[in-house]
Amino acid sequence: MIPFIQHHGIVAPLDRANIDTDLIIPKQFLKSVRRTGFGPHLFDQLRYLDEGRPEMDNDKRPLNHDFILNQPAYRDATILLTRENFGCGSSREHAPWALLDFGIRAIIAPSFADIFYNNCFKNGILPIILDTEIIDRLFREAASQPGLTADIDLTRQSIVMSTLKEYSFPIDDYQKRCLLEGLDDIDMTLKSAGRIDLYEQQRRQAYPWLFNDLHAKTSIAR
Amino acid sequence: MSAKTLYDKLWDFHVVEDRPDGTSLIYIDRHLLHEVTSPQAFEGLKVSGRKVYRPGANLAMPDHNVPTLRQERSSGIAGIRDPLAKLQIETLHSNCTAHGITEFDLNDKRQGIVHVVGPEQGMSQPGMTIVCGDSHTSTHGAFGALAQGIGTSEVEHVLATQCLIQKKSKNMLIEVTGHTADGVSAKDIILCIIGRIGTAGGSGHAIEFGGSAIQALSMEGRMTICNMAIEAGARAGIIAADTTTFEYLRDRPYAPRGREWDMAVTHWQSFTSDKDAVFDKRFTIQADEIEPQVTWGTSPQMVTGVSGSVPAVDDFNDETSRESFRLALKYMGLVEKQAVTDIPLDRVFIGSCTNSRIEDLRAAAAMVEGKKIARSLRQALVVPGSGLVRDQAVHEGLDHVFRSAGFEWREPGCSMCLAMNEDKLGEREHCASTSNRNFEGRQGYGGRTHLVSPAMAAAAAIAGRFVDIRHWR
Ligand code: SF4
Repeated sequence: MIPFIQHHGIVAPLDRANIDTDLIIPKQFLKSVRRTGFGPHLFDQLRYLDEGRPEMDNDKRPLNHDFILNQPAYRDATILLTRENFGCGSSREHAPWALLDFGIRAIIAPSFADIFYNNCFKNGILPIILDTEIIDRLFREAASQPGLTADIDLTRQSIVMSTLKEYSFPIDDYQKRCLLEGLDDIDMTLKSAGRIDLYEQQRRQAYPWLFNDLHAKTSIAR
Repeated sequence: MSAKTLYDKLWDFHVVEDRPDGTSLIYIDRHLLHEVTSPQAFEGLKVSGRKVYRPGANLAMPDHNVPTLRQERSSGIAGIRDPLAKLQIETLHSNCTAHGITEFDLNDKRQGIVHVVGPEQGMSQPGMTIVCGDSHTSTHGAFGALAQGIGTSEVEHVLATQCLIQKKSKNMLIEVTGHTADGVSAKDIILCIIGRIGTAGGSGHAIEFGGSAIQALSMEGRMTICNMAIEAGARAGIIAADTTTFEYLRDRPYAPRGREWDMAVTHWQSFTSDKDAVFDKRFTIQADEIEPQVTWGTSPQMVTGVSGSVPAVDDFNDETSRESFRLALKYMGLVEKQAVTDIPLDRVFIGSCTNSRIEDLRAAAAMVEGKKIARSLRQALVVPGSGLVRDQAVHEGLDHVFRSAGFEWREPGCSMCLAMNEDKLGEREHCASTSNRNFEGRQGYGGRTHLVSPAMAAAAAIAGRFVDIRHWR
């Protein structure tokens, strides 16, 4: 995973609450068995005026010019400013994969859905939670000066807007470290393999049925 | 020792290690896999040369992407027409074979939607931690288990370590007191709750559902409630196990037997919230206030009773909500104050992990028996949740009831719930659906979803519009 330490980028205001993961990456693109290549279909229903299909050449599709990421000032945006409960719905990690593939590295919102929030940290994306009043102000500033940029410093947990206003944001120690170091948490967990074995041994003695294998028996053809 | 909630107890039982950074390593008892969110996780294992930690804790089946037409299914994977779907389903199969994971494959009688099949097989048990790369894993919380949806990176983590790294959530209690009226189902209870607390109402919390109206529900009804905890923002919904739970589990294929059964029941009984346990958040609703529900918008919280109507923009007090409302109305092609019963319908879908179990099909069939679907409808679809549900329904003659009324009777899978396969809505088509999400495009590009209970969907198919099933014949 690519670490996240500092980041400078254009802030795209996406003024809409409850953006769900179906909207971030629609289901017809979930048929891929890979982690990459979802960027062209990020926000497919909002970005294009027609129905997207996996095999299409996106360069030939009609664009929705009203959509923020299609506007020249925001095509290279790497920070998304949005409203509450961003990423609600399906657990699909294809949502952060699509955001990352498009180039988004940070998302600023008053709140996020739990599973999406968690998925961000596994993919080098920083979700930043700020108070609703601050978010309101940022939207006003973004409207009055297109191309607003921000400097994010994860070590200091601070974000400095091109208006020179600075805000600090909360983040858990563990998640912060994952991003800063680009950690593979499986390696970390396997360092505790001894503890996991011990847990299993104790439980297996007292609660044997918890360890009954889910046997196939024989496949029952219809 | 201080009083604990059910969630506290489930959590404590599964902590392998508390870490200085505030996270914990949590042991996972059961892991369900399907074709859409697992391939990248298996690929990750391969790249890093890791093995599956405990293959016997996993159960896999294809469901999201499978065709539901009998004919297309008859020649197995080879017969799947969509090459991308076929590749995903093949990939699941080869990954399971390579790692020794049990799979109920496409033509196994037991195949179906993971969240229908797990409980049906007795795999989901009280006191367990259960995860799956799917947000509706909350369904299994109906058994007094801690069941949560996870992302693909976490799927890989669970495969490789049998654990998850988590921070504990907060506790929320939702009580449904009193009794529901006839015609009001578990689906109506949960939709009504989401309408009141909102889709972020349970964010950051594990929700325990309790109260007399919850205790009165069958296991299938309880699963419908916990299934949609995620639509209330909570990763996990939980209902304490009781004799209803134990009776459901007894003699199921993966349930403990003999001496282990007795030990298990004793253990299971300890998983209830202590009397004086403290919850961070509480919400109470009277069951007799709840009427059959219908969603009118593009979020499950945009819901009202069948006797109600679409709200007006002035009903919302902040600009963000007003804007969401305008967007939703535009997308849904509805107007302010339009009566729910005046919404035109094009299709009806009875299925999904929320409502595709045998009791759901019975409730729907009872509305349909001896009648015909409205001529104005383009399609009415029944998709059983599993091969065993299908067989039971056939045994009871329900397939015949549906077919004679003009419904299509399909093979099990997610189908039109998320429309990854061919079962989908056309642009601007309105659908009465027993699924769980009415997001834009969820059931097909430009499609308009109205979430309802199985009986409401079935009655709507006959009447061609929504009707109040409490007074309808
Ligand atoms: S039925 Fe729908 S909600 Fe349930 S697992 Fe399948 S796609 Fe997800």
